[in-house]
Amino acid sequence: MEKRTDLWGTLTDPLIRQNPVTLQILGICSALAVTTTLATAVTMSISLTVVLTLAAGFVSVIRRHIPDTIRLIVQIVIVASLVIVIDQILQAYFAEISRALSVYVGLITTNCLVLGRTEAFARHHRPLPAMVDAFGNGLGYSLILIVIGGLRELFGKGELFGIQVLPLADAGGWFTPLSLMLLAPSAFFLLGLLVWAIRSLLPQQVEAREHTPPLRTEPAE
Amino acid sequence: MNDLWGLFVTAAFVDNMPLTLFLGLCTFLALSKRPEAALGLGVAMTGVLGVTVPLNHLIYQGLLAPGAWAWAGLPELDLSYLSLIAFIGVIAASVQFLEMVLDRFFPAIHAAFGVFLPLLTVQCAILAGSLFMVERSYTLAQSAVFGLGSGVGFAVAVAMLGAIRTRLAYADLPDGLRGLGIAFVLAGLMSLGFASFAQMAAAQ
Repeated sequence: MEKRTDLWGTLTDPLIRQNPVTLQILGICSALAVTTTLATAVTMSISLTVVLTLAAGFVSVIRRHIPDTIRLIVQIVIVASLVIVIDQILQAYFAEISRALSVYVGLITTNCLVLGRTEAFARHHRPLPAMVDAFGNGLGYSLILIVIGGLRELFGKGELFGIQVLPLADAGGWFTPLSLMLLAPSAFFLLGLLVWAIRSLLPQQVEAREHTPPLRTEPAE
Repeated sequence: MNDLWGLFVTAAFVDNMPLTLFLGLCTFLALSKRPEAALGLGVAMTGVLGVTVPLNHLIYQGLLAPGAWAWAGLPELDLSYLSLIAFIGVIAASVQFLEMVLDRFFPAIHAAFGVFLPLLTVQCAILAGSLFMVERSYTLAQSAVFGLGSGVGFAVAVAMLGAIRTRLAYADLPDGLRGLGIAFVLAGLMSLGFASFAQMAAAQ
């Protein structure tokens, strides 16, 4: 029973409490770049979760055989091979989404989230917990991506998954699309506000002050 | 010549790596707390991007591109699916090489970089530079200029963010927004500013 709660904790902790994107600053690059529509966000989430889980499993299986000095290269090669497979699958079966994702699928290779989890967790744990942890982190990442992707597509185009949800003003409805939502700055703003919201709910995540102003000296008369 | 200058400006400002393309954000946010560290990161990025993009161009055109082995009687051979692994290898090797050179000849600079240099291996902006080079089929000169331009753009952006974050000591922020939250909002505001460069480019 004890064991099971442990695994359950490993799986659910990264969802909000230890979320990789909003707390650990891992994997942000792709989280912002692919969230203009929900479909790309979901594709990216699935690809990343699959790569992350499999990579954690492989690294964990051979963890006793990897020499410490070259472990980074070994891990990167494992991740890169998995990414190549995913990329080829996407190109073969989902050509349109693959084009929309552009280089960002390849960039899963250098996604700090993948390397961070294999380096910090999978290297020291047995395959099952390692894969559960990786899957949990993948879900946490997906959660943020889908929230931001959904918001951007809903307010930027009035659509969800390409289906019109809010009637557009051009077509006789009431909704005027906010085209800023489709541009880069809105992704930063949304993620910043999301971080704020999560930290208001969970005050233990609040960071300490980065800088303190120099002490004020009384002006000389 | 004019084209190359245009490409440089485009890579540095219009297609700014962290602010418009969201590349390299992890280090962009993590290392911009102090302006000195941010500047060091920017310089290292420029160096590594300026070296790896043209190098990867040579490797891609010489070994991996479809038809690259035509001289050996293998015109149908297409190894481009291997490019990810090849690029990562080149990047890891050049970062290692750069670190050794700096350590040997410029120990002061090497000490200033500290842990950032090895981290650059897994910087998405650097790998993306090489991937964009393939996707947009640049020539050798173009890829060198593109690499340098992207590096300079990154350096400018990260140094500016570092400077602004230092000034935040004087701002009374809500608790939840402090640190990462406000860094995102700042990056968003800067990204709005850089969006105006895109308008300038479109107007020409």
